[in-house]
Amino acid sequence: MSVLVIAEHNNAQLNAATLNTLAAAKEFGSEIHVLVAGSGAADVAASAAEADGVAKVFHADSAVLEHQLAENVAPVVAAIATNYTHVLAPATTSGKNILPRVAAVLDVQQISDVIAVISADTFKRPIYAGNVIATVKSSDAVKVMTVRTTAYDPVSASGGSAEVVAIADVTDASLSSFVGEELAKSDRPELASASIVISGGRGMQNGDNFELLYKVADKLGAGVGASRAAVDAGFVPNDMQVGQTGKIVAPDLYIAVGISGAIQHLAGMKDSKVIVAINKDEDAPIFSVADYGLVADLFTAVPELDAAL
Amino acid sequence: MKVLVAVKRVVDYNVKVRPKADGSNVELANVKMSINPFCEIAVEEAVRLKEKGVATEIIAVSVGPKACQEQLRTALALGADRAIQVEVEGDVEPLAIAKLLNGIVSEEKPDLVVLGKQSIDGDNNQTGQMLAALAGMGQGTFASEVTVEDGTVAVTREIDGGLQTVKLQLPAVVTTDLRLNEPRYASLPNIMKAKRKPLEVKTPADYGVDTATRVTLVSVEPPAERKEGIKVADVAELVDKLKNEAKVI
Ligand SMILES: Cc1cc2nc3c(=O)[nH]c(=O)nc-3n(C[C@H](O)[C@H](O)[C@H](O)COP(=O)(O)OP(=O)(O)OC[C@H]3O[C@@H](n4cnc5c(N)ncnc54)[C@H](O)[C@@H]3O)c2cc1C
Ligand SMILES: Nc1ncnc2c1ncn2[C@@H]1O[C@H](COP(=O)(O)O)[C@@H](O)[C@H]1O
Repeated sequence: MSVLVIAEHNNAQLNAATLNTLAAAKEFGSEIHVLVAGSGAADVAASAAEADGVAKVFHADSAVLEHQLAENVAPVVAAIATNYTHVLAPATTSGKNILPRVAAVLDVQQISDVIAVISADTFKRPIYAGNVIATVKSSDAVKVMTVRTTAYDPVSASGGSAEVVAIADVTDASLSSFVGEELAKSDRPELASASIVISGGRGMQNGDNFELLYKVADKLGAGVGASRAAVDAGFVPNDMQVGQTGKIVAPDLYIAVGISGAIQHLAGMKDSKVIVAINKDEDAPIFSVADYGLVADLFTAVPELDAAL
Repeated sequence: MKVLVAVKRVVDYNVKVRPKADGSNVELANVKMSINPFCEIAVEEAVRLKEKGVATEIIAVSVGPKACQEQLRTALALGADRAIQVEVEGDVEPLAIAKLLNGIVSEEKPDLVVLGKQSIDGDNNQTGQMLAALAGMGQGTFASEVTVEDGTVAVTREIDGGLQTVKLQLPAVVTTDLRLNEPRYASLPNIMKAKRKPLEVKTPADYGVDTATRVTLVSVEPPAERKEGIKVADVAELVDKLKNEAKVI
């Protein structure tokens, strides 16, 4: 029996999160298949076939799959899922949207945010905003799980030469339709894969002041994130939120600026290799996870940092 | 239009939960319990739909021990009209909760079901999607805007890349994200009034649902400790440490 990984993509490119998920799939030591469900996504299927360790790629190509609507993608996954011991998707908003719908159809209790595979049926996952790591054991026939991508280094995007098999059986569930999207356009690295992230909180005071962080980010090649308070206040868009209910990041260097360090924020960044905190309150909880803490007014410290780089 | 809202009783978001000494489970003795923040947002959204004249009745549902009636009373004080508790002791998984909610959906036939996107204890982010699958409904997950019109609901969703808007046929399932609304506080008169609103108690057997768990908790442990950090005196020292000690820039 083999393992199925649901590819994340935008019909043009395979998202890097898929490569992290493949690394988790390798832990089971069996053959790995990838499902690419999309519209005109032949290039994605070809990339998936080249990824290290992939033995077979199923490609479902249909206009009704263009926007990855869960109502249309889930039946495609469910139709082949029972051929597998494990079905994995990255714990991205797309994976989180689609996979529980698959699990319910299969009558399986999904395991979310897996950070370690202990055995074929036993896994570790964070609960309570990462304050506790649970070891859980599944008795379901097919294990359906999302993978926390920061817990796994990506497999190589090349080296494989899997065959691509078309899946023809796709229907429109006629429950939902795509209306539109507003995608953030940025030349900076994506938060999920950036090796340096600099984030601002309520201490930034407004959106314009984030310019200070963008300048430093551009010198370091960093991605820019934010706390929930900064997003709620409208300083920056929602896709920048780091935390329990936002994005989970684990870069080599995380710089928290004007962020107090609430449990929910720490949940999204405390596995970063090196953490820097810049905050004017020496008792701010963020200092308890910081390797290097600087007690200072950010409006003097950040321009100084910019100048020093 | 009838709206069903699912609310969960969870450890308050301000509590830092720790494993028990024997690692068998988390320590939950004497910790403050509250309504899951995302569920509070779900109740608020339903109440706003009623205030706009879109919704006519709001039913709040919770699955759990008798104590979860406290959270149902909170939902009633915020504006729900009646409540249903499905009484279950011990852990119930999202799949079983989705099945119970589906049983209630079959009986009540709501036009819209609103859930939180995630419970902040188990961090599962599953129940709404599972319910949508079981009930054969469309799902608008991680909603930051919900507009009901002409037998459909338009949902703006917070996704990794930004925002996406989908349109769903009613009946449909919506799960709330943080920016959908800011929940109100229940007023004292409304808290008093909530005590007299109807609250029905049901059991899983009423819906023919087996709540036995499929995933067992083997053990819990604290996350890896970070090593003690240092305070640097100024930006120059910070840059020096990052370059020469941590070697990350
Ligand atoms: C259900 C739920 C989910 C949540 N999910 C998330 C999540 O995913 N991510 C998240 O981040 N939060 C989340 N939160 C919110 C979290 O609890 C905190 O409210 C939030 O993280 C606070 O953001 P902050 O640190 O920017 O703001 P604050 O707590 O207000 O901190 C601002 C900090 O800036 C410092 N400061 C101010 N001015 C200056 C200056 N001039 N120079 C230097 N320092 C300065 C202050 O000393 C303070 O420490 C969630 C909350 C709930 C209830
Ligand atoms: N025990 C429960 N009773 C009622 N609703 C629940 C329960 N558990 C989860 N839910 C609903 O499902 C949402 C998502 O929870 P979860 O899938 O556990 O992350 C919650 O915000 C609730 O709206």
